Amino acid sequence: MNVLSSLVVVLALILVVYLGVDKAGLTALFGTVLPYVAIVLFLGGFIYRILYWAKSPVPFRIPTTCGQQKTLPWIKPNNFDNPHNGFGVFVRMVLEVLFFRSLFRNTRTQIVKDGPKVGYASNYWLWFLAIAFHWAFLIVFVRHLRFFTEPIPEWILGLQAVDGFIEYGVPVFYITSVLLVVGVAGLLVRRLFSSQLRYISLLNDYFPLFLILGIALTGVLLRHYVKTDIVSVKEMTMGLISFSPVNPEGVHVMFYIHFFLVTCLFAYFPFSKLMHLGGVFLSPTRNLANNNREVRHINPWNPKVKLHSYAEYEDDFRDKMVAAGIPVDKE
Amino acid sequence: MYDGGKIITGLIIFLALVTFPLWYTAASGDASYTPDPETPAQGNCIESKEYMNAWHMDMLDDWRDAVVRDANRVYVATDGKEHEMSLTMTCMNCHDDKEKFCDRCHTYLGVTPYCWDCHVVPNQQGRR
Ligand code: HEC
Ligand code: HEC
Ligand code: HEC
Repeated sequence: MNVLSSLVVVLALILVVYLGVDKAGLTALFGTVLPYVAIVLFLGGFIYRILYWAKSPVPFRIPTTCGQQKTLPWIKPNNFDNPHNGFGVFVRMVLEVLFFRSLFRNTRTQIVKDGPKVGYASNYWLWFLAIAFHWAFLIVFVRHLRFFTEPIPEWILGLQAVDGFIEYGVPVFYITSVLLVVGVAGLLVRRLFSSQLRYISLLNDYFPLFLILGIALTGVLLRHYVKTDIVSVKEMTMGLISFSPVNPEGVHVMFYIHFFLVTCLFAYFPFSKLMHLGGVFLSPTRNLANNNREVRHINPWNPKVKLHSYAEYEDDFRDKMVAAGIPVDKE
Repeated sequence: MYDGGKIITGLIIFLALVTFPLWYTAASGDASYTPDPETPAQGNCIESKEYMNAWHMDMLDDWRDAVVRDANRVYVATDGKEHEMSLTMTCMNCHDDKEKFCDRCHTYLGVTPYCWDCHVVPNQQGRR
């Protein structure tokens, strides 16, 4: 049900832009107005979410520990899986963000065949699909900067050349086009075929997958099968960037479909699980050093307790104590 | 806000990265540049201008296959005219200055066809 409804939503979006552009000629709406709205929503929403999360209290260190903590000098600590200082946290975050290290673990729990025992197994397929998808998406995203920069910086051309290294077809196929489609389709298949996972999957788990699959497929179509006049497309995107939008004639509706799906992705981004882009940096189970035993952490909202020490107590009652023959510290 | 300094720094770096196209084009000042490939004053291209714009790479690809694989060197255009299927002898015969034609569009879009690794770019003085 969730699967179908999210598929229907994506198809409805495509239908809307098809009717809007091809039948009603609303190129200015889909080419200018909605993209601006989406980018405002994206930036505003992103900042709002991050600041909102930043306000959450962090009274205590709660990192997940996956290795030996620093302790007695003759026990070898594992500073990247159980960091005790800023450097360890930094390396751990880099490995997490760039290589998804926590997916590269024995994260699958299952009953072992011989005997009723629980065993932990690896989930490398998940790791592979995730890393292929995320890196491919990033590179595809960066490559698209050729439509948003003039003159195009050298390094983008270099990235294109590396990506098109196989030189298959005219225009050349990019390796990342394939990886992106394979990655996102694989993640979707995984969600559909694993019954446990399907049980916990919601509309907002399927929707981004379908949306991104739609973006990737329309992009591949545009590059290789349904061509349009890309010079006009770049005039349009540069118009958006320089705040003097134009909507040239004769751009194929397939471009508007692709563009509108991206617009939707941007607008939807801050209000969805996709915000893990920013959230991963704020996850307290990763970004805190496990120094609970090394450093004293004081809960910042503890009420101020009025203390009355023994020394002060003795000062108050010294003469009475002396008179009663009770020993005192200070004569 | 806890660790506010770090979070705000991260947020500012993020915003600087995602607004890269804005400040990059603002600094280069070329946002309104559009290429104008110099086409021959009269005559028509092999197919309609719109078709050429979008599909010329595929046309060249088909030509290449036809010549190299099937030894077929004649292309019959939609208007019935016959053309020799050749990159240097046909296209570059009319569009004789690569720099003022092909390259203008291609530079604008960051396209670098590898064809010229082997094929000669005809120079304006004579040899094609
Ligand atoms: C007979 C001469 C001739 C030949 C041969 C020729 N062209 Fe053209 N081409 C023209 C003319 C003339 C125009 C301008 C058409 C117009 O403005 O309507 C043009 C336009 C174009 C355009 C569109 C340019 C623009 O400003 O939008 C492209 C792209 C193009 N040609 C590519 C090619 C390629 C690739 C070949 C070889 C497959 C080729 N042409 C062969 C004469 C030719
Ligand atoms: C109107 C602008 C324009 C003109 C003029 C033009 N091209 Fe292109 N050409 C393009 C665009 C745009 C692409 C790339 C489309 C893409 O990136 O998907 C391209 C791609 C190509 C490709 C495929 C490149 C690749 O990525 O492998 C070849 C080959 C090519 N053009 C040849 C030529 C030749 C030869 C001429 C001159 C006769 C020419 N083009 C003139 C716009 C133009
Ligand atoms: C590895 C070198 C090489 C590269 C790279 C190359 N070609 Fe060729 N091409 C050849 C050779 C060799 C022939 C055969 C020439 C003949 O038989 O007339 C040929 C023939 C052709 C022909 C038909 C004959 C003619 O006179 O043009 C076309 C069209 C053509 N190539 C287009 C392209 C295009 C477009 C590209 C870039 C996408 C390209 N070629 C890249 C080597 C190359």
